Amino acid sequence: MANKAATRDAYGKALLILGKENPNVVVLDADLSKSTKTAEFGKNYPERFFNMGIAEGNLLGTAAGLAAAGKIPFASSFAIFATGRAFEQIRNSIAYPKLNVKIAATHAGISVGEDGGSHQAIEDVAIMRALPNMVVLVPADGEETRQMVLAAAEHQGPVYIRMGRLEVPVLFDEDYHFEIGKAKVLKEGTDVAIMANGLMVAVALEAAELLAGEGISVSVVNVSSVKPLDEETILRVAKETRAVVTAEEHNIIGGLGSAIAEVLGEKLPTPMVRVGLKDTFGESGRPYELLEKFGLGKEDLVKAVREALAKK
Amino acid sequence: MSIVDLKRKANLIRQDIITMLVPAKAGHPGGSLSAADIVATLYFKEMRINPQEPNWADRDRFVLSKGHAAPVLYAALAEKGYFPKDELLGLRQTGRMLQGHPDMKRTPGVDMSSGSLGQGLSVANGMALAGKLDKKDYRVYVLLGDGEVAEGQVWEAAMAAAHYKLDNLTAILDYNGLQIDGPTDSVMSSAPLADKWRAFCWNVIEVDGHDIEALEKAFAEAKQVKGKPTILIAKTVKGKGVSFMENQVGWHGSAPNAEQAEQALKELREEGLSLG
Ligand SMILES: Cc1ncc(C[n+]2csc(CCOP(=O)(O)OP(=O)(O)O)c2C)c(N)n1
Ligand SMILES: [Mg+2]
Repeated sequence: MANKAATRDAYGKALLILGKENPNVVVLDADLSKSTKTAEFGKNYPERFFNMGIAEGNLLGTAAGLAAAGKIPFASSFAIFATGRAFEQIRNSIAYPKLNVKIAATHAGISVGEDGGSHQAIEDVAIMRALPNMVVLVPADGEETRQMVLAAAEHQGPVYIRMGRLEVPVLFDEDYHFEIGKAKVLKEGTDVAIMANGLMVAVALEAAELLAGEGISVSVVNVSSVKPLDEETILRVAKETRAVVTAEEHNIIGGLGSAIAEVLGEKLPTPMVRVGLKDTFGESGRPYELLEKFGLGKEDLVKAVREALAKK
Repeated sequence: MSIVDLKRKANLIRQDIITMLVPAKAGHPGGSLSAADIVATLYFKEMRINPQEPNWADRDRFVLSKGHAAPVLYAALAEKGYFPKDELLGLRQTGRMLQGHPDMKRTPGVDMSSGSLGQGLSVANGMALAGKLDKKDYRVYVLLGDGEVAEGQVWEAAMAAAHYKLDNLTAILDYNGLQIDGPTDSVMSSAPLADKWRAFCWNVIEVDGHDIEALEKAFAEAKQVKGKPTILIAKTVKGKGVSFMENQVGWHGSAPNAEQAEQALKELREEGLSLG
């Protein structure tokens, strides 16, 4: 896994494809276009690019209006500002009227690093997931991001795409097939399943390899579509392994772990361990140091797997 | 403190900004340097504070609404003695006290956590209202960016401050003309800026944000004005004091490497020496 690329870079490139193919696609940003990678679209399609300045509420509200008038707006900022500052605009002007706005946010999670806790969205999946009509997607690498952005443009209705700042391992090539509402089993196993998304998918694959060395057979599932959730695949894998570990770069309250616990709790109670931020804010530091510090390293996943197995 | 001593402090603060950003490898020099004279005047002349008692109930308060300029605040706080200067070298590093953006829970002397733009004036209003309720005579200062004022909340707060006649509040707008995606005039124009604040019923003072004497006078005037809040629209140069950073949008959010820092410090030391 030597190759690395940032999901936000893939987003910027996917926008160029959309710009060429679909004249209805417009892009909005809030003074972060170099970081969110919308700047290239802006250069190529200046008449379809709107920089709103540092005004995220206005950004999402304007996107709603563009959608109401038939455009397909992609609105970008950091995850904390896009979903946090503009939450109620998203709720009442986008999700409630089911308008066709794509909220493509970057710099989610603690892997933002040095900027610190004020800039690290750890609750965005929870609040977006709680909105009726909203689709919530978390890509694991660049290729998945590319496919996701194209799929989001095709989908009718609001979509939240959660991307990172960091370069992450390249996991997939063009043979991979992303679909809204589908989870992907990346590795079949029989003893335990790790269900992950975002940069935790690569960590899960590493942990599975370590555990294989000990004779523990681990299933790895990429649940990049948090909503709609692929209940069928989740239930099938949980039934086969009878122990589930969830892994996400997000608070353990309200995110992927909660979504899966909701399904399993009602339909197939299964021993579970949730790996994520333990209801704490992040802080400044180097991204990989922070991931270790906050319990999101591969050793932490190995430990969680052992805990889950012990509950069986 | 005399004008020349304040100039020396501003110069030291600028040197500290550069020095701390090198090991941090990330951070915001441009908007920190543009605010150095303003922050020096506040911390070494204007504000009633006591580093031995950072939570003193009667102290003047400072809200760094443009929280990304944390280095200028940290430099002033260290220079003032709130914490040892060594801490500056731990900026933005794992497990250290100085966060990328101000964190009042971790850093003595930081009156308010910030980093998400547009929120600081509301918070300052709250502090000023509390001061009036408690019949305390402390003043509240808040520093805003000129890109930041695109946030609607700034104008909600501007309206409220005038409505509640918060004459114990002084805002300073760091009018450096640049934000991240380019010149403020091309990203999202706020013109006519001073007229907007006047229309919101504020006392507006337009001032050179690098002229310490003029800043002192403006702060003094603000204290005399009763029944309305005052804003200093402080014309500044982003990156001020480091020739290759001045007016360069690229230096908004990237740290100098060791070599660039050496060059910057050389210029700043020379400026320091020229002050005698
Ligand atoms: C709500 C919010 N949106 C976006 C950002 C990202 N950001 C940090 S600094 C900055 C530009 C600030 O420009 P300005 O206010 O002019 O500050 P200065 O030039 O003094 O550095 C932006 C967009 C943020 N911190 N908060
Ligand atoms: Mg500015």
